[in-house]
Amino acid sequence: MDDPEQVRARLEETGYLVDEGLAIACFLALRLHRPLFCEGDAGVGKTALATALAEALGAPLIRLQCHEGIDASQALYDWDFPRQLLHLRAAEAAGVKDAERLESELYDRRFLIARPLLRALQTQPAVLLVDEIDRADDEFEAFLLELLSEYSVTIPELGTLRAEAPPVVVLTSNRTREVHDALKRRCLYHWFDHPSFARELAIVRSRLPRVSARLAEQVTALVQALRAADLVKPPGVAETIDWAQALDTLGANEVDAELAVATLGSVLKYREDTDRARGLDLAAVLAARGA
Amino acid sequence: MSGVTGTDDTARRDGLARADAVLLGFVRALRAAGVEASTERVYAFLRAVDVLRPELRGDVYWAGRATLCGGHDDLERYERVFAAYFGTAGEPSRRPAVAAPPPRLRLVLRDAPPGARAPADDERPGPPTATLASSVEVLRHRDVAGLDAAERAQLNRLLAAFALHGQTRRSARRRPARRGDVDPRRTVRELLRRGGEPARLLRHARVERPRRVVLLVDVSGSMAPYADALLRFSHAAVRGGRTEVFTIGTRLTRVTRELSHRDPDLAMAALAAAVPDWRGGTRLGELLREFLNRWGQRGMARGAVVVLLSDGWERGDPELLGAQMRRLHGLAHRVIWANPRKARPGYAPVAAGMAAALPYVDAFVAGHSLAALERLAAVVRGADAAVAVSPTEITGLEGADRA
Repeated sequence: MDDPEQVRARLEETGYLVDEGLAIACFLALRLHRPLFCEGDAGVGKTALATALAEALGAPLIRLQCHEGIDASQALYDWDFPRQLLHLRAAEAAGVKDAERLESELYDRRFLIARPLLRALQTQPAVLLVDEIDRADDEFEAFLLELLSEYSVTIPELGTLRAEAPPVVVLTSNRTREVHDALKRRCLYHWFDHPSFARELAIVRSRLPRVSARLAEQVTALVQALRAADLVKPPGVAETIDWAQALDTLGANEVDAELAVATLGSVLKYREDTDRARGLDLAAVLAARGA
Repeated sequence: MSGVTGTDDTARRDGLARADAVLLGFVRALRAAGVEASTERVYAFLRAVDVLRPELRGDVYWAGRATLCGGHDDLERYERVFAAYFGTAGEPSRRPAVAAPPPRLRLVLRDAPPGARAPADDERPGPPTATLASSVEVLRHRDVAGLDAAERAQLNRLLAAFALHGQTRRSARRRPARRGDVDPRRTVRELLRRGGEPARLLRHARVERPRRVVLLVDVSGSMAPYADALLRFSHAAVRGGRTEVFTIGTRLTRVTRELSHRDPDLAMAALAAAVPDWRGGTRLGELLREFLNRWGQRGMARGAVVVLLSDGWERGDPELLGAQMRRLHGLAHRVIWANPRKARPGYAPVAAGMAAALPYVDAFVAGHSLAALERLAAVVRGADAAVAVSPTEITGLEGADRA
């Protein structure tokens, strides 16, 4: 892909709509081989971006979900101990005497279990998604930093494994914790905002082509109104899509205030928010969209 | 960007060097505005512009945004400096008008302002054994609001040596240990090393970690005599790690980064430049809501020890403050309120904000003197809240302790 415009077109083919800023960020990530660090509220399409990139590049998506206490044996590689032991037993039973050869056999590649990070280095091309990096802890960040700057891994028993072509790396964060600056510095940064009405409508339409145009428009307008209200957890685009899908499943071609309130559970997940939404004049929002 | 490629085609290299100079000038302006763009980031920025179309305003804008900004806080500054430096979209670009940062209000501390003190004549001047005790010991118990310049300097030195650690919690990470569960991975590894011969069992145990501490420091007018001391206290806490500091007044400002300077005076200067609302009013409820929406709910307050350093004078709706305190209480491991006015004899939490907040406070302590701050540090570390909250305050405040 030679320019941001092309990146945007390819991503749109997969049904993921991007604006100028994100297209440029993706282009730079591909061209400069830098990880793309995505921040923003939940449900604004950070993870979906990695999926779309993988589809656009025709590469497998390798996903690493972070959590507290995640370590190298879960993220990078591990030795298959049971198989190693079996091998040892089998060799013993067969009466193998060459201890040195046996030892070198034990740390053979076939006993190596590649976890997501190692898999991403061994697969070409690949899109590596490091999801919710803010949930991991400082130790893991430091470890990741090393990996992302060199795109190589040293396994004591095997030596250094280097990626022939570095994978495309997407890191996402919900900002539950500030990620260390040393890691961010190596990345391109992109902040995901909630989309405008027109863009969100386009996203809903492209994601759910079966839903009637009128319903998509109404649901988008309602979600935008909810976002403007002061909620504990403003709904993301993912919730808009969920809601439209829920209403479509109910067989609705359009929505009125009553039905909207009845299905609020697919957008709002806090009781306080539901109460507040009930207090809003949803009928007026729908009327403003041309009844 | 007309200034960049507007040069005629005499020498392309010459033009490129000039283009880089303009971009570097922009970076300088950005740094002056407080975006910490490191050399590595600048290098990435120049490379990024190089592979894009430097004559397009949008490309330069997005390239810089992706490479120079490190977080959401930087974006607003970036926006502002970009508009000032390259002109707003449409209008002809102004050349390097290196934007001077707007003059900011500075924190100026008057030493022991007699007028600013509340009429508390019966205030304790210190323990009665003052003649025998060392000057440090006297200072420990003095109200910070009533110190002169020399005493304040000494207090600052004492505050710099402070350590604030949150109560510990069990982390998910395990470390090799002498006792604990058997560590299968290390045990088998050891076993393989000995050719399959059963070896001794190796063990591992979970690690204890201090909880995150979040300090919310009130810098409004009514807290002015204490703000400096409390912020120095916060500075020492940040140096200890795993502490986040915010100032609240009429705006919420995250100052952890400013306070991470090693030198307390430099840190205080950086902080004074970053906080726009010294000595304004207080909108506790609204700002607490902002804190919870932007940071707390996402995780900063989850399982943390949250300390509010405020006198509880709320200009806004106390009901809102109460609702937000309930939210905070649901997220945080412990909510501690330190109120410097609490030490005044005859103090009762009658300020509407304070009264609304108290049901959701796990520990209510003073914070007017060094000794009180030491006490606060002990409570943060997990000292018994029952000792911190005296029985007289618990009466009538049902639900003060966790159900």
